[in-house]
Amino acid sequence: MTTTATVAVKTHRDPHETNTGISNNKLAMWLFLGTECLLFGGLISTYLLYKTRGNGEVLPTDIFDIPFTSVSSFVLLMSSLTMVLALSAINRGELERSRAWLLTTAMLGGVFVGGQVYEFTTFVREGVGFTTNPASSAFYTLTGFHGVHVSLGILMLMSLVVASVQGKLKQSNAETVEIIGLYWHFVDIVWIFIFTVIYLIPAE
Amino acid sequence: MAIIEQPLAIESSEAPLAERPLGALTRPQGGNGWRDWLSTVDHKRIGVMYGVASMFFFIVGGAEALLIRTQLAFPDQGFLSAQIYNEIYTMHGLTMVFLFVMPLAAAFANYLIPLQIGARDVAFPRLNALSFWVWLSGAVFINSSWLVGGGGADCGWFCYSPNSGVTFSPTHGVDFYAVGLLIIGAASIVSSLNLIVTVLNMRAPGMSLFRMPVLTWMLLVTQFLLAFALPVIVVALFLLLFDRVFDSQFFDPDAGADPLLWQHLFWIFGHPEVYIIILPSFGIISEIIPTFSRKPIFGYSFMVFSGIAIGFMGWGVWAHHMFVSGIGPISVAAFSLSTMFIAVPTGVKILNWLATMWGGKLRFTTAMLFAVGTVAMFTIGGLSGVTHALAPADTQQTDTYYIVAHFHYVIFGGGVLGLMGGSYFWWPKVFGHMLNERRGKIHFWLMIIGMNLTFGPMHVLGLQGMSRRIDTYSAGFGFELWNLVATLGAYTIGLAVCFFLYNVWASRREAKHLPAPGPDPWDARSLEWMVPSPTPEHNFDVIPTVESQDEWWYRKYGYDENHKVVRIATIEEVAQKGDADDVHLPSPSFWPLVIAAGLPLIGYGVIFNLWLCVIGGLLVAGGLYAWVLEPVDDPDAGHGHDDHHDDDGGDGSVMVGAGATDESEGS
Repeated sequence: MTTTATVAVKTHRDPHETNTGISNNKLAMWLFLGTECLLFGGLISTYLLYKTRGNGEVLPTDIFDIPFTSVSSFVLLMSSLTMVLALSAINRGELERSRAWLLTTAMLGGVFVGGQVYEFTTFVREGVGFTTNPASSAFYTLTGFHGVHVSLGILMLMSLVVASVQGKLKQSNAETVEIIGLYWHFVDIVWIFIFTVIYLIPAE
Repeated sequence: MAIIEQPLAIESSEAPLAERPLGALTRPQGGNGWRDWLSTVDHKRIGVMYGVASMFFFIVGGAEALLIRTQLAFPDQGFLSAQIYNEIYTMHGLTMVFLFVMPLAAAFANYLIPLQIGARDVAFPRLNALSFWVWLSGAVFINSSWLVGGGGADCGWFCYSPNSGVTFSPTHGVDFYAVGLLIIGAASIVSSLNLIVTVLNMRAPGMSLFRMPVLTWMLLVTQFLLAFALPVIVVALFLLLFDRVFDSQFFDPDAGADPLLWQHLFWIFGHPEVYIIILPSFGIISEIIPTFSRKPIFGYSFMVFSGIAIGFMGWGVWAHHMFVSGIGPISVAAFSLSTMFIAVPTGVKILNWLATMWGGKLRFTTAMLFAVGTVAMFTIGGLSGVTHALAPADTQQTDTYYIVAHFHYVIFGGGVLGLMGGSYFWWPKVFGHMLNERRGKIHFWLMIIGMNLTFGPMHVLGLQGMSRRIDTYSAGFGFELWNLVATLGAYTIGLAVCFFLYNVWASRREAKHLPAPGPDPWDARSLEWMVPSPTPEHNFDVIPTVESQDEWWYRKYGYDENHKVVRIATIEEVAQKGDADDVHLPSPSFWPLVIAAGLPLIGYGVIFNLWLCVIGGLLVAGGLYAWVLEPVDDPDAGHGHDDHHDDDGGDGSVMVGAGATDESEGS
């Protein structure tokens, strides 16, 4: 906002230039990620309020497998690296390499989601279901919303891969990769918060 | 300037569609038939559709209000059962807030923002269409609970838990509330992102942020509030829905849950929502009052910054809705203070409007009457609002008719009157003919007398201790007289609305025999008055270069050596003719409608049968992919020239031609 307010008034300019210098698509994605902060803010607050609430049933905090989740968190964070490599490759015009990194990013995301499915089934087997107590409802809702975000990210990445295979993802589309990358990095950063809040901060 | 919307994903390619394989969904080419309204991406048509639909729901919500007032006209009436009464007042609130005031403000935002900043459309025209259709599908969905959900929601518009749980609200009404508001919320978030990008990115050369009209500024603040407040209610609605449909434990106190969580989440959204309702109206009257005072707005930058300040401070006052919920003395004190502080920027605005009128050459047109009425009525509502900041007084007033009186003065007096004034003001720009002024003034006086008769006595009733949301009351508490007055007032408002509709109909009929209003019938100040009435499809023949605030005014008027205003050009000399024929506009699309049709199916699916979700999900996913693969500009549309967009992706960028590749793609 402050930067746009100080943009010098130009009377002659490229008709395709935007006032902020940021393309419409990218600005819209940044704003969307801003709204997502509020969404996850609400969900994280809910979990913080409820993380020990129940009537003596097993709580999610009782059964966390921190080493396992640490590994899957590491996998997710590494996918941000491969996302950056994919963007860098397409910016240099190396389409094949970009495709490979996009695929890798999607697969790393897939490993994370797979780990979450495994974690959820294990927890249910150990007596913490979605409806067990407020703590478990809040846990599954928060991590579930994040998992859905990762899954949608994978869907977008795979769409890019398919487009790339069809030869429709060219160097000129690098910004599309960048914008989907913004989403992907956001989902990763949110996970850093969630992982810290849920798994690393002790319950009492 | 071309409309800048690049396909989010890939440049695509629809092979020349000689045989039209998409059948009914073949891309339309633009025109004036009803199909062209379904597929339009023109911000002006979308604005008009928002306006028409919101007026329809105004009548629905108004009918619900009359049912409420009929029930309460006399003590001990059985006109409505308690259950039906609960449903009616809940749906009245939802309809008026989400299906009338917000979309009517969206109508103004859609129609006027591009015109006021000198753009040809919004940043994402198809997303704009999507916002409207999704909003409409949500609006129809939420009202369909009368037919298929066993009645409307019955928990009040803020739907406190645990009242909203299955135990206390066993019909599907609350499910429809949750899903319907989720759909409407999604539409509003999309729309807000679109309009923010439009304002930040698409201003005409020279239109710096601090040359924008105050209306555009207020709408921009409103869009930021929408973008950041709605995700919070989205969270709350998901939790509620999960509780009701999937038996989660978010709001069940027996399971250890905290019902206050809902109140916090709701009001963190709910208080910014108040400013979402009121700020567009503030913006509208900030255009009307300078025009009919023949003076620039007094303290433009104060006006803008107080709007921004309201936008920020609106986030810090939510718990004043919760003073009696036991949030503790520290919280109560803090929120009392912040609530008093937020009256300051609001007071700045009121004084600036008065100072704008001071010494001006006032013309009391209908629009001006509504604007002045807005200032007066909002001041009453604002003052009773400050009394709520005093927690001890508020404790007495909570859940009484005093609250009902307060927020109706704010929302009806501050919001609806302003929007009505805006309707009279911009009617010639939108429809190319004026609304009859004499009938307009009768409409205004009926409206203002009606609202004061309706909501004024509610102050008294509230202070006498009459609870809101009770379906009847016994004789002998002193409630009889003022309830009857309020009911008569409500019918007066109903009459005023009917009279407005008559005025719309009759003015349109008479317009044939009257001279056309021309581009600038009010001698107004901002860019939208530079183009012919009604606005041509491409808005501006040539995008104007802006050199000052009130650009249009200073193209007509200058100052002589004594600093007196003198006319330097007639309207005809400086207005645009609207005859440009080489402007490239985005092509229409049916996919927004397809996606919007899928969402309520998902909603019904969640409530009744998950298989419906599959159908709805397929429609949404199919619509999304077809959308992404559809070029922004239809290669078949036969435009005079190819208007390729530059890719913004840095150096060595290649032209992203819409539909310029040679592979064929069967989407």
